[in-house]
Amino acid sequence: MKTWAKILSVVLLVYTIVAGFLFDVPRLNIVNESIRSLYFHVPMWFGMIALFTVSLGYSILYLNKPSLKFDAYAVEFVHTGIVLNLLGLTTGMIWANYTWGSPWHGDPKQNGAAISLLIYLAYFVLRGSIDNEDQKARLSAVYNIFAYAAMVPLLFIIPRMTSSMHPGNGGNPGFNMYDLDSQMRLVFYPAVIGWGLLGAWIATLRVRIRLINEKLSNLEHD
Amino acid sequence: MLRQLFRKELTLELRRKAVISGIALYLCSTVFICYLTFSLRQNQITPLVWSALFWVTILFSVINTVAKSFLGEKKGREMYYYSIASPTAILLSKMGYNFLLITLLSFSGWLLFVLFLNNPLADTTLFAATLVLTALGFSTSLTLLSALAAKANHSNILMAVLSFPVVISVLLIAIKVTKNCIDGLDRSVSYPELLTLLAINCLVAAVSYLLFPYIWRS
Repeated sequence: MKTWAKILSVVLLVYTIVAGFLFDVPRLNIVNESIRSLYFHVPMWFGMIALFTVSLGYSILYLNKPSLKFDAYAVEFVHTGIVLNLLGLTTGMIWANYTWGSPWHGDPKQNGAAISLLIYLAYFVLRGSIDNEDQKARLSAVYNIFAYAAMVPLLFIIPRMTSSMHPGNGGNPGFNMYDLDSQMRLVFYPAVIGWGLLGAWIATLRVRIRLINEKLSNLEHD
Repeated sequence: MLRQLFRKELTLELRRKAVISGIALYLCSTVFICYLTFSLRQNQITPLVWSALFWVTILFSVINTVAKSFLGEKKGREMYYYSIASPTAILLSKMGYNFLLITLLSFSGWLLFVLFLNNPLADTTLFAATLVLTALGFSTSLTLLSALAAKANHSNILMAVLSFPVVISVLLIAIKVTKNCIDGLDRSVSYPELLTLLAINCLVAAVSYLLFPYIWRS
């Protein structure tokens, strides 16, 4: 990753944390100060989807032209995406605890997120149970593409069809209605970019570690 | 080619009856266990319990059924197919055959449920349509996964682990429509769900069709 992107990520995240906790937010019943979770919870999902999409891209590249480098990218982007998924679930549960009254409310969006976590954990189970490196890379690339296609209706179609208490679903106001003064947008968009860049940064670091490890083990074999 | 492959699946299945009777027995014992658990308290099977039991039974029998569609193949025979047929023809024939099998399985499961438990459904035609559509969804998604699992170690566990998350979106919609059928709601309420189900099926089928050649190549 380019240096400017790393600096941008750090700057944006410092701004997100400072502004996210200090700036004025609209006063709303029930939600109150917990509306600030918009800056931390929602970017996790944006970041997760972005990382999984990048991983999907690398899986497609791998099937087109097999190379272990593409495989390393696909795996590590899924790894980082899973971390963001867990963070998104955690922040969502903290928020739900105060606004809905319990951390796990069985909301369609919550269930969808949990199921997409299962889908990608199964990806690692699949990788773990194949010995041959090339076959592992190819089959897991196939599963990655397939899982992504299965995840899309789960996250974007079904929650919209059922009644949900999640903001932005089932007739509930999305954040567009909260930030009437568009004050929140000033923090939200930088937050999305900042967290996304951080995720990409972690993923690329992990890819480098993985490729170096592979090189080292190849040297040892020689 | 497609028709010959399909015929081959069918004849092979009818010739070694052990597999198909095994599946039938599996289904019967599951339903019978449900029946025995509730024994004389039939009135406690509320429509929602019925729906939960039904879909759990169908899901598990279907996964076991489809899992064997590639696991059962011998290594040498696979090579032979590879040399005479295109991978997509093989996939489509297996998918079609699995669809037939799953539809049969779902409807016999329904029959057994009506026989041993009760029939809380108000709208049976709509439920039948749902069963056919979910069978399509199961066959399109699970056929590819069984091919995937067959290439790995511990295939049986892997099949279950890989398929649960993937079929869940199909299952969620099916459960919702089942509830509508039980409540006897107007059909127009369920049409959007059935359309979504059909759309998901098309999506999954298209992705399977594109990806299968890559699995087959190894």
